[in-house]
Amino acid sequence: MREIDVAEVTRAVKDLCISTNIHLAPDTKKALRDALVTEESPLGKEILQVILDNHGIAEAEGMPVCQDTGVAIVFLEVGQDVHLTGGDLEDAVNEGVRQGYREGYLRKSMVADPVIERKNTGDNTPAVIYTRILPGEKVKITFAPKGGGAENMSEVRMMTAAQGIEGVKDFVVDRVRRSGGNPCPPIVVGVGLGGSFERCAMLAKESLLRPIGTPNPDKVYGEVEKELLERINNLGIGPAGLGGRTTALAVHIKHVPCHIASMPVAVNIQCHASRHGETII
Amino acid sequence: MKTVELTTPLTMDDIRDLEAGDKVLLSGDIYTARDAAHKRLVQLIEEGKDLPFDLEGAVIYYVGPAPSRPGQVMNSAGPTTSYRMDTFTRLLHEKGLKASIGKGPRSVDVRNAMVEHGGVYFAAVGGAAAGIASAIKAAEVIAYEDLGPEAIRRLTVEKMPLFVVNDVQGRDLFEIGVAQYCRES
Repeated sequence: MREIDVAEVTRAVKDLCISTNIHLAPDTKKALRDALVTEESPLGKEILQVILDNHGIAEAEGMPVCQDTGVAIVFLEVGQDVHLTGGDLEDAVNEGVRQGYREGYLRKSMVADPVIERKNTGDNTPAVIYTRILPGEKVKITFAPKGGGAENMSEVRMMTAAQGIEGVKDFVVDRVRRSGGNPCPPIVVGVGLGGSFERCAMLAKESLLRPIGTPNPDKVYGEVEKELLERINNLGIGPAGLGGRTTALAVHIKHVPCHIASMPVAVNIQCHASRHGETII
Repeated sequence: MKTVELTTPLTMDDIRDLEAGDKVLLSGDIYTARDAAHKRLVQLIEEGKDLPFDLEGAVIYYVGPAPSRPGQVMNSAGPTTSYRMDTFTRLLHEKGLKASIGKGPRSVDVRNAMVEHGGVYFAAVGGAAAGIASAIKAAEVIAYEDLGPEAIRRLTVEKMPLFVVNDVQGRDLFEIGVAQYCRES
């Protein structure tokens, strides 16, 4: 049994809020640099260059890459041999978000009532927190701020077994087509397959955490990812949606078993400012 | 494709010859407004009340900036997705709005309104927010401070780089660009 004070969680979350929003993950940067080489549209190339230049300005000035510093999505993996002391774990996470968004001069984008009052909470809380208990005596915190524009282009569909893998592919490509320039392409397309209504959405989100350029552990779905990426880039949407060959940087699929009657499919769209970072306590 | 320098407020003469695909370097005062502020502006118009700024020749930038640090004029300030403002935009063009700045395509109704009333839609590069901030030389909240990032700000911009997406002839750069690079079989 290892004791960890939740104040350590607060500190780690605060640091992740600031660092992920200013310093884009290296896998995203590399994918965008590669796209600059392969993009055929002159305007598309120009936009990719603007995006790459923006990373440099953000880092030099300590400014967030994007003004939409997102809903604070926090994945906690807590070792089952850890005893958390010093307070409520979720309160500690939210305190980290509060401090990080204040001290990092990051935008507070949360409204308390989603429909009627829509009053800003003023500190970007509450975070969206997912906690898993796993063997071990560590706490792993993954922070992935998610902008609204790309999140709005996401969708869950309860498909049928008869629609099969071709139905899934058509749905994913069509979802990207209908998104057009809205989600800040070039995007990363996260696809969740199986589970249940909410589980497939989680899988789609989790798949976005896989570094761009790393292969799917499953060969068959890895081939589906390649085919989808080609079909999506053939849509011609391009950087910022203004036309080009780079609509997506990657397609990531995550799949789990599901009910005999169901075939849940979720598409979670990630903008080119794909931000994520992790800390292990 | 040409590059045109414009200064606000805009007139019909300023925008008449703009074509989808042209680049614009925009200077002068522009106003920020997104979802919540649009709702309030349209309500004021419907009630026959004065708006917090003059719409005649105005340019609205769909943005909710990150808060500035002490001594910093403007923190990251890239465009938000424009379609969410589509239901409000026709009325604003009817009342004198000349241009809006955002990201992503507009509805057919907004495009028609721009043809009918003389208006254009510019795209700024979404996600290039720290770079865009360097074109903003002054910023002041002029209304709805309670909305936080969604408050209406007057921004003074200098050569803010933009692309013409929809012109007064009804052209659309998204349609033109996508058609050129689409390879769907």
